[in-house]
Amino acid sequence: MSEVKKIKKGLDIKLIGKADKVLEKADRSETFAIKPTDFPGLTPKLKVKVDAEVKAGSALFFDKYRPEINFTSPVSGKVVAVNRGERRKILEVIIQADNELQYEEFKKANPADLSREEVKEQLLKSGLWAFLRQRPYDVIANPADAPKAIHISAFDSAPLAADFDYLVEGEAEAFQMGLDALTKLTDGKVHLNINAQKTQSKVFTEAKNVVINKFAGVHPAGNVGVQIHKLDPINKGDVVWVIRPQEILFMGRLFQKGIYDVSRKIALTGSEVKKPSYYDTILGASVRNILKAQLKDDDKIRVISGNVLTGTQIPEDGFLGFYDSQITVIPEGDEYEFLGWALPGLKKFSMSKTFFSWLTPNKEYRLDANLHGEHRAFVMTGEYDKVLPMDVLPQQLIKSIMVEDIDQMEQLGIYEVAPEDLALCEFVCTSKINVQDIVRQGIDLMIKEMS
Amino acid sequence: MKALRKFLDKKKPLFQKGGKFAKLQSSFEAFETFLYVPNTTSHTGTHIKDAIDLKRTMSVVVLALIPALLFGIYNTGYQHFLSLGQSAEFMDICIYGLIKILPIIVVSYVVGLGIEFAFAQMRGHQVNEGFLVSGMLIPLIMPVGAPLWMVAVSTAFAVVIGKEVFGGTGMNIWNPALVARAFFFFAYPSKMSGDVVWIAEKADSFSGATPLAHAATLVDATGNTATSIYTDHLSNVWDMFVGLIPGSIGETSTIAILIGAIILIASGIGSWKIMASVFVGGYTMGAIFNLVGANAYMELIPAWQHLIMGGFAFGAVFMATDPVSAAQTARGKIIYGFLIGFLAVLIRVLNAGFPEAMMLAILLMNTFAPLIDHYVVQGNIKRRLKRVKVNA
Repeated sequence: MSEVKKIKKGLDIKLIGKADKVLEKADRSETFAIKPTDFPGLTPKLKVKVDAEVKAGSALFFDKYRPEINFTSPVSGKVVAVNRGERRKILEVIIQADNELQYEEFKKANPADLSREEVKEQLLKSGLWAFLRQRPYDVIANPADAPKAIHISAFDSAPLAADFDYLVEGEAEAFQMGLDALTKLTDGKVHLNINAQKTQSKVFTEAKNVVINKFAGVHPAGNVGVQIHKLDPINKGDVVWVIRPQEILFMGRLFQKGIYDVSRKIALTGSEVKKPSYYDTILGASVRNILKAQLKDDDKIRVISGNVLTGTQIPEDGFLGFYDSQITVIPEGDEYEFLGWALPGLKKFSMSKTFFSWLTPNKEYRLDANLHGEHRAFVMTGEYDKVLPMDVLPQQLIKSIMVEDIDQMEQLGIYEVAPEDLALCEFVCTSKINVQDIVRQGIDLMIKEMS
Repeated sequence: MKALRKFLDKKKPLFQKGGKFAKLQSSFEAFETFLYVPNTTSHTGTHIKDAIDLKRTMSVVVLALIPALLFGIYNTGYQHFLSLGQSAEFMDICIYGLIKILPIIVVSYVVGLGIEFAFAQMRGHQVNEGFLVSGMLIPLIMPVGAPLWMVAVSTAFAVVIGKEVFGGTGMNIWNPALVARAFFFFAYPSKMSGDVVWIAEKADSFSGATPLAHAATLVDATGNTATSIYTDHLSNVWDMFVGLIPGSIGETSTIAILIGAIILIASGIGSWKIMASVFVGGYTMGAIFNLVGANAYMELIPAWQHLIMGGFAFGAVFMATDPVSAAQTARGKIIYGFLIGFLAVLIRVLNAGFPEAMMLAILLMNTFAPLIDHYVVQGNIKRRLKRVKVNA
């Protein structure tokens, strides 16, 4: 086995509300939604109309520019609404689920016996292709590419993240089958990156036909972008694909059982949850029934699909994001704080040691969504460098994006980063600059200019 | 506090678009956000944010300057009574110092903040916190004998030409406080050099020259004269370290400055890379001079003594580390700092016209910081391009 790669730059943000490894029961969701907004850069074209009957695995919409990529219904039932936003942009396709799920039939096969084209076709048709994302650009992989490698991070180091060991428990067979399908898609290696200190599940440690790499250290050690950078950095012209373990299970189930089974465990976490724990649910489910009995009822709250650094804010009856295996609930924090910037700040978390909370390094915090300050010009320097474990100059990269200098962006490493890799830069920023938005704009600009 | 919040909420519409005082929005906001951290929450990107903001950052720097300020107040009184040959109580010394220094601080803040507010108002920007630090730095690098109107003019020059013409906080290319001092130095040279200005109302017979001024006379001195200048004025290293010497208000005490340095480094606000490399650079140049030994200045002043004389330590800790005008890259910071220390000692020893060379060295390197960064960034780009060839 390979040596352990230690990530030293970064920051673990300790929050209240880590999920216990207990599977709680909640009423099954009645409605499910697939949100085209979960896929950056996608122009969706609808395949179904309101009132259409669909099965689990029936296509709901497809990519206008790559029509072979389907996005399918996670459950069977009736399409009850297509919610649109400004300029008729599709926001949600909502399905009312049947009590008994009906599945579209796909071919059962051992992926090891299939050709690359057959594997590809099955993934595209079933809608599982959307789980394969590519770097550069952090968008859905292009089926026409042959990636240099496929990277899988088998752990998540983000605050309150779900334990991947627990998420894949008992599904070793499906996982291996999914891996076998992936190995068909690349001429290069499939990298499975595990946490040297935490990952114990045999599903990961005894996986076959893949290269197992070990990582350790602080967040963003679990970010696949950082792992790629340490193992085999992306240069201009390279394409690598990434996918997450739970999604490999979906692929395994597809080949094993011939159905689109996207049921997943999710972690309900955060300081405003009574008993943070895990739930069985299905991709795209409404979170209402899960939250119903679990919310503390004092403050205004914010529900996030995903983690506090990269997740999306959703309403209390909103829907789980396509790639998310975690719901986080934190206080909203839209309150004024008298002389807040001058107080000793024992309950405030900061990477700098300007608040006295640094005296209690192991304390867990109840942080809210307040900005704790106002937007300012770039004043502080070197902050971003402390939390980005890549040979990339984050501040210079951000500035080159702001002035839309394509050459400079390319030279400074826009191909290597995804917004999530710079999430910590945004967290620590004194000037409250929206780093992730800027990175996404930069990526969008690159896609527009380079293709 | 609820009543105050209610009051602000009631008055707020008056200052917003369409309100009676809409033109004063920036000023209202400045006061409001000073009293209350705003209720804005994040809507895209990270949902939680580090608790730090620019107000906190700047107030930590001001806090780090307090030891130097307090010592400056004491030393002003101490030098005054020492020159008169009177003995005075501790309290009298402090009160005298306070009477001399407080007006300078008030003038600096009133003039500087006034201009900042006016510019923010004109541009419809928010008032930035940058001047909180500049406003404290300016008094600390002024001679105590500086007339108040000159302080006011220098401050105004610094804020307008040193900062606002570039776009305000975060955009300036030189450290505004040093621009103030440079303006003062060139506009009113008689008030920034010689031996009159460093001690408030000193006795005429008493030498009020700074150690650097004495050291500068070493260049032409030979033999016994040199030795006597050194032993009379420059051998009391302990006083120099503690700061009981004539000099600008806040820069004499190396101890007080080191306390500030510890606060800045421990809180993560000041760059230890810059501070350390300034000292290394200064020591290196000093050591080279010791080796060369062409005149008494080079021979008699040991390299380490340069680090506690004049504004060297103050410049290293509080001026060179200004994040806006300093180099931005990690490697750049080390080069930038080293060159500041190196040049400061070089200029101070070789050019008798500018004994206080730290200011010039920092302004010079402020100018070159973007160039240093450019080469560091190019280095990063080259390293990453090389990777392609290795793989191919």
